[in-house]
Amino acid sequence: MSNKLNWSRKMTVLTLVIFAALYLLIIFFWGLFMNPGEYAVNYDNKLLMPSIGHLFGTDAMGRDMFKRCIKGLSNSIVIGLLASLFSSVVALIFGIASAVWGGVVDRFVKLAVDLCMGLPHLVLLILISYMLGKGTLGVTASVALTHWPGLTRIVRQEVLHLKSSQYVLASQKMGHSPVYIAVHHMIPHVLPAYLIGLVLLFPHAIMHEASVTFLGFGLPKEMPAIGVILSESMNYITTGKWWMAVFPGVMLLIAVILFDVIGETMKKLWNPNSGNE
Amino acid sequence: MQFKAEHISFRYTDKSPLILEDVSLTIEAGERVGIVGPSGCGKSTFAKIMAGYQKPVKGQILIDDVPMERKVFCPVQMIYQHPELAVNPRWKMKKTLNECFEPDEYLLEQMGIEKAWLNRWPSELSGGELQRFCIARILAPQTKLLICDEITTMLDVITQAQIWKMLLEIADERKMSMAIITHNQALAEKVCTRIVRISD
Repeated sequence: MSNKLNWSRKMTVLTLVIFAALYLLIIFFWGLFMNPGEYAVNYDNKLLMPSIGHLFGTDAMGRDMFKRCIKGLSNSIVIGLLASLFSSVVALIFGIASAVWGGVVDRFVKLAVDLCMGLPHLVLLILISYMLGKGTLGVTASVALTHWPGLTRIVRQEVLHLKSSQYVLASQKMGHSPVYIAVHHMIPHVLPAYLIGLVLLFPHAIMHEASVTFLGFGLPKEMPAIGVILSESMNYITTGKWWMAVFPGVMLLIAVILFDVIGETMKKLWNPNSGNE
Repeated sequence: MQFKAEHISFRYTDKSPLILEDVSLTIEAGERVGIVGPSGCGKSTFAKIMAGYQKPVKGQILIDDVPMERKVFCPVQMIYQHPELAVNPRWKMKKTLNECFEPDEYLLEQMGIEKAWLNRWPSELSGGELQRFCIARILAPQTKLLICDEITTMLDVITQAQIWKMLLEIADERKMSMAIITHNQALAEKVCTRIVRISD
């Protein structure tokens, strides 16, 4: 195995990740600082086909679909970010507590995980969102509160496995403190799984946010969001206004796939069995 | 250092039958004791208790007539059967080797560890090479008793011979005691100064 070969593969992967991250960051900041006037109602330009002026066409109220898409995706990314950060912190605390303390704590965490996973995810999302009065708060809370069980199980399993592994036991016999073991043995093992889980949570969160909104239990109608745009476009798709559904859908798909690519790439790079490839 | 296991009894759960019942063993400094017995008779369990990984239900472990201390470097160290499980797969070999002390060049040479291996991952070394690391990393000056639980069973005959030759040399040099757990009667007779049999 030559050194040059290793380098070139790592470079390809790195370029891919940088490109993906750049795309997402641009959408995020462009949307964040976008002037609301850019996607304002303008009845002169109702239902225009895609053109140079309006890349993705316009909708029934003459709003520019391209700008709305960017703003909508940006909103989705904010919600996804909040949700996956919150979920992953909960997962980390629950997972580690459950593995380290065991006993009652472990049983409680497992019960909570089973409870959350036993219900169909979308039903749970709708329930929580509806309970909190829909809107931004409802969607964010419901997406944040329902994405931790999977990651909790991963973290718990990793820590449990490590706790009884021979090299951790041997490390204890060498007189190393729990802090040393946590820092040198546990964290390097759990962190990659955790970060990958965090990144892979993101597309889920965005998709769920969009679907809850699409079903009408989420973000308010006036707020640009992919879910809102898609559900509105359903009313026009039968009359041949294809651009209102296709472009936002494709944008959402690209964003989700890119996050997935970043996550999967990290997985490969951090796995010691493929880390040197 | 004198090592004493006094009246050890052990069971894994409250309901399971006793695996060990009233076992006692004394190992003097420099002694090499072979522990042989059929599969499932509790050899490995006894090894874990001797090294302090398991607490006996009854009985105690004494080192120079003092109960074994936890949370400091233990003078009783154990080497396992599967070296690939005993090293952190995310550490390069150098870190694994230096986890409790820094072995000097002489020891590395004695153990047949090559410099080039230090920058590799565990998955890039063979079982025999890994086992050398597992042994070298705990051969700190403070190690007085080495428990070897079937440490060469999965290695080829030549590597087995090499590893035992090195271990015996080092043990003689340092007056280090060893407890050797094995199925292999011939091996036990060759390397041990005394053989103890555990029956069911």
